[in-house]
Amino acid sequence: MVEPPILPLIVKNASVRRGRKVLIGPVTLTLAPTGLTVIMGPNGAGKSTLLRLLHGMERVSGGSIHWQVSEPEARKRQSFVFQTPIMMRRKAIDNVAYPLLVHGVDRRLARQKAIDWLDRVGLSDSADKQAPVLSGGERQKLALARALIRDPDILFLDEPCANLDGRATRELEDLVLAAYENGTRIVMATHDIGQARRLARDVLFIYRGKVHEAALAPLFFSDPQTREARAFVRGDIVE
Amino acid sequence: MNEILEGLRQAAYLVFSLDRDLMEISLMSLRVTLTAVAAASLIGLPLGCWMAVRRFRYRRFVIATLNALMGLPPVVVGLIVYLMLSRSGPFGVFGLLFTPTSMIIAQVIILTPLVASIAHQAIRELWAEYHDLLISVNTSRNQRIATLLWDGRRALLTASLAGFGRGIGEVGAIMIVGGNIDHATRVLTTAIALETGKGNFSLALALGFILIGLAVLVNLIIHSLSKTEVSGRW
Repeated sequence: MVEPPILPLIVKNASVRRGRKVLIGPVTLTLAPTGLTVIMGPNGAGKSTLLRLLHGMERVSGGSIHWQVSEPEARKRQSFVFQTPIMMRRKAIDNVAYPLLVHGVDRRLARQKAIDWLDRVGLSDSADKQAPVLSGGERQKLALARALIRDPDILFLDEPCANLDGRATRELEDLVLAAYENGTRIVMATHDIGQARRLARDVLFIYRGKVHEAALAPLFFSDPQTREARAFVRGDIVE
Repeated sequence: MNEILEGLRQAAYLVFSLDRDLMEISLMSLRVTLTAVAAASLIGLPLGCWMAVRRFRYRRFVIATLNALMGLPPVVVGLIVYLMLSRSGPFGVFGLLFTPTSMIIAQVIILTPLVASIAHQAIRELWAEYHDLLISVNTSRNQRIATLLWDGRRALLTASLAGFGRGIGEVGAIMIVGGNIDHATRVLTTAIALETGKGNFSLALALGFILIGLAVLVNLIIHSLSKTEVSGRW
């Protein structure tokens, strides 16, 4: 049976507050069924909070977020990769298999799929190593494999390369692009302009908790519309 | 000093001669404490984990109370259990007073807060580490608890071993509810108290050394079986 699509995601005037402080919002945007959206902005702009809001890890304080299916169903069909990969105190293979196991997949099948994914991300030799002892790059690739193993409709990535060296960053970007080309909707936060230029198909520029600009990537980088975005693209410090 | 050396000599003699009385009270000590630790772990480990994961009203108060109960005076517990199980008490009809079961009940009451509290501390840290991931992969509450219990099993083992350490050395409560009856409810700690009272310091010391040896041995066996410090960092 073909599952109904969960996208587009329609966000209307959504905001997140902590007490009286507004962390982000009001935000209005639409995520199309396909694409690779990069959320950009300076540190503290609200990129991570927006990602967490879209993923359902932050409660909406105001406004609405509307998937094309029920929220519990939408939650099942999306994944998240954190800036600092969270490694369970298990072997690498068990980390990757975990999302399948909690959703009722047979243990043998889950491990087989985990082996396949470890192979895809180049970690098949580390399958039996304890995940937390892997290097930073390996951990992030493992986290990506764990996020992709359930074949999500949409994948959120929160600055996944922030702590990685050049080679690990390149490897991770290739994996993200492969997932995108495989049909997974990608939404990724970064403040690395070079990375955004390499990956983005469209850009959301966030500043002080609000979407300042939403544009196709070539247009955004060649002709940013707001003063803050222009400064950011130039590489100036944007506070 | 002489008494300590004499105690060591007697301890060696009792162990190597497989003294029947010593075996009996050692096995009774192990039976009572291991059963109590198992029961306290069955209650305390999920309870500690549940408190780490759940948010509920008066949570802080409950946790503070649980931590305070770690210091429950065994004599008071023994006295309360005694009154509950005595003929005139609400559970007198079961005839459990001065039986190993009564000693186990008293120990479970003493050990459960200790096990639950240590488990709570350990799982709270693990929950903070895993929180975002477990929410993100859409786990149910029971799955979260099961995951935390499994991944925190070595820390939880420490909680159970702390319970064992307290239980095996406990004397006040089991003396009251068990009565230190020879061939029935006598355990190492109550035997030590008895021999000390009689002035047999060397024998009391010998039993004490055996008690320490037993506690170390059980810990080593459990660590060995659970492969702690062997398979990677956890």
